Amino acid sequence: MRLEAKELASLIETLRRDGYEVVGPTVRDGAIVYDAIEGLEDLPRGWTDEHAPGRYRLLRRPDNALFGYVVGPQSWKRFLLPPRVRLFSVRRNGDQPEIIADASAEPPPKYAFLGARACELAALAVQDRVLLGGPYADPIYRNRRQDVFVIAVQCTQAAPTCFCSSMGTGPKLSGGYDIALTEVVEGAESWFVAHAGTEAGAARLAALGAPEASPQDVARAEEAARRAESMITRRLNTAGLRERLAENFEHPQWDDVARRCLACANCTLVCPTCFCVTVEDTSDVTGSHAERWRLWDSCFTQSFSYIHGGPVRASIKARYRQWLTHKLSSWHDQFGTSGCVGCGRCITWCPAAIEITTEAEAVCGFPPSSLRSEQA
Amino acid sequence: MNFNARRKPKLAVFKFASCDGCQLTLLDAEDELLAVAEAVEIAYFPEASRAVIKGPYDIGLVEGSITTHHDAERIQQVRRQCRTLVTIGACATAGGIQALRNWQDSAEFVRHIYPSPDFIHTLKMSTPIAEHVPVDFELRGCPISKSQLLELISALLAGRKPNIPTYSVCLECKRRLNVCVAVAQGIPCLGPVTQAGCGAICPAYGRGCYGCFGPMETPNTESLRAQLHVLGQTSQEISRAFRSFNAWTWHFRHASDEEERA
Repeated sequence: MRLEAKELASLIETLRRDGYEVVGPTVRDGAIVYDAIEGLEDLPRGWTDEHAPGRYRLLRRPDNALFGYVVGPQSWKRFLLPPRVRLFSVRRNGDQPEIIADASAEPPPKYAFLGARACELAALAVQDRVLLGGPYADPIYRNRRQDVFVIAVQCTQAAPTCFCSSMGTGPKLSGGYDIALTEVVEGAESWFVAHAGTEAGAARLAALGAPEASPQDVARAEEAARRAESMITRRLNTAGLRERLAENFEHPQWDDVARRCLACANCTLVCPTCFCVTVEDTSDVTGSHAERWRLWDSCFTQSFSYIHGGPVRASIKARYRQWLTHKLSSWHDQFGTSGCVGCGRCITWCPAAIEITTEAEAVCGFPPSSLRSEQA
Repeated sequence: MNFNARRKPKLAVFKFASCDGCQLTLLDAEDELLAVAEAVEIAYFPEASRAVIKGPYDIGLVEGSITTHHDAERIQQVRRQCRTLVTIGACATAGGIQALRNWQDSAEFVRHIYPSPDFIHTLKMSTPIAEHVPVDFELRGCPISKSQLLELISALLAGRKPNIPTYSVCLECKRRLNVCVAVAQGIPCLGPVTQAGCGAICPAYGRGCYGCFGPMETPNTESLRAQLHVLGQTSQEISRAFRSFNAWTWHFRHASDEEERA
């Protein structure tokens, strides 16, 4: 199906009318972030992003593309696994504690994600396995996840930080969406080749009454998608990666990266698959009201590995090694896949410009498969 | 901490060399102030009341650094009067902005500033409380955070560990969904080496972190210094960035000295 911009606008409008909170890309604070969208006017029309290790810039495009950027600083994780959730409040009632509010009592927002990329859909699948697979599903994640309507947008460009093709997650969309769009920029306006991934998606597309895409339209869209593939320069050699990381626990590269790592936790917080949270109990001055909160945590903090007497991973070296080997090696043992989808956020948003690809290959003794990036 | 259930714990607030901003944080706790006054007996707090109830005190909040001989003697008395002694703010915890004198000749400052320097009796250095007496807990910040102060008082009253994290500002910044000002705009930011507690207020308003809460648990200032150079900062600028409210903490002092020598 071929959609013009006005049909995309009606798609957003009907989703909103049906009670969805549509979240998608929008410009804020010098970046393209994912936030609530009311219509096409909120999209980053004519904006793009430039990525390098430790560096991001929002730039003007020569055209009016609506989705002409790569990935935002935060992933969709912020909607499904919120940074702060109150699990419950409790009030002292004589000798009996009385629960007065809990997270499951609040109706979860019904989200429509507009603009999810292939790597991000892969990340959703990873978090689904972690948080919903197995006997202990996370009810907060489940409530927020179960009704999500996904409008994916095919990447038509890539950044020097992207390495989804090495991780087998992109850039070509391959499922996990209700509707997939590929944007073709032509003159002042864009049009889209759309196809449905689910029955719900097909019904919404049919309701738009748009014409079928011609073979030429489809060819233009495929050409745009191939451009993204050809722009990917970063590689991670994954052959034997899992095993070699596990075998190289004492490699000197860990000391080298520990000298640069700030242990600031930015990589884990921007990572679309990192899921660690901590639980904090607070009581007020009167001692009659207490709350339990769940907050994003990170394996880079000392408190994360604190058990009786001190942190298990006291050094930055131990913490960086834990993060990288979990992401690329022991995640396989635990969840059956890699924990990395190759979105490159940990590279762009590391204030010390550390590149996971370079570090992992150095530890494994692999020759570097990407050209070393020039730092900005 | 186990308080005698029959009487309210007594709270005292002491001031040393400081601007009063941290003790004002307690008065600024408008919504909670009455609850605090209900839960504890505010026994000594000259900033708020001339009424003085004699010690000993259950909780002593100490603001300010030690800069005179008199201070150095008085903090010993304060310590003896307080069962739990908590320093509040960068002055009491790190020596404060006035610790910049530690790099200079304070006698020269006195000669330049005061018409009658003979009346000024001051120590060569401004030092944190913990260099003089044992301290039970330290609240960071210039000024301290109201919510951390209330959390600390609530925790002391409940006999539980206060939730005062020692990790970097970056965790609070990301939880607040700020866009990193260093990465996205090239703004120099001390957030990665600074302890959380402020709620990442400066990055939320498009400014880099000034390091008000002092060094985080494992500050890698060497790496951050290298990155600040990448962002175009000079050694002098970096040295000055580390020499503010928490200049005399070991990590920031060392970082600023290294850049000064560079």
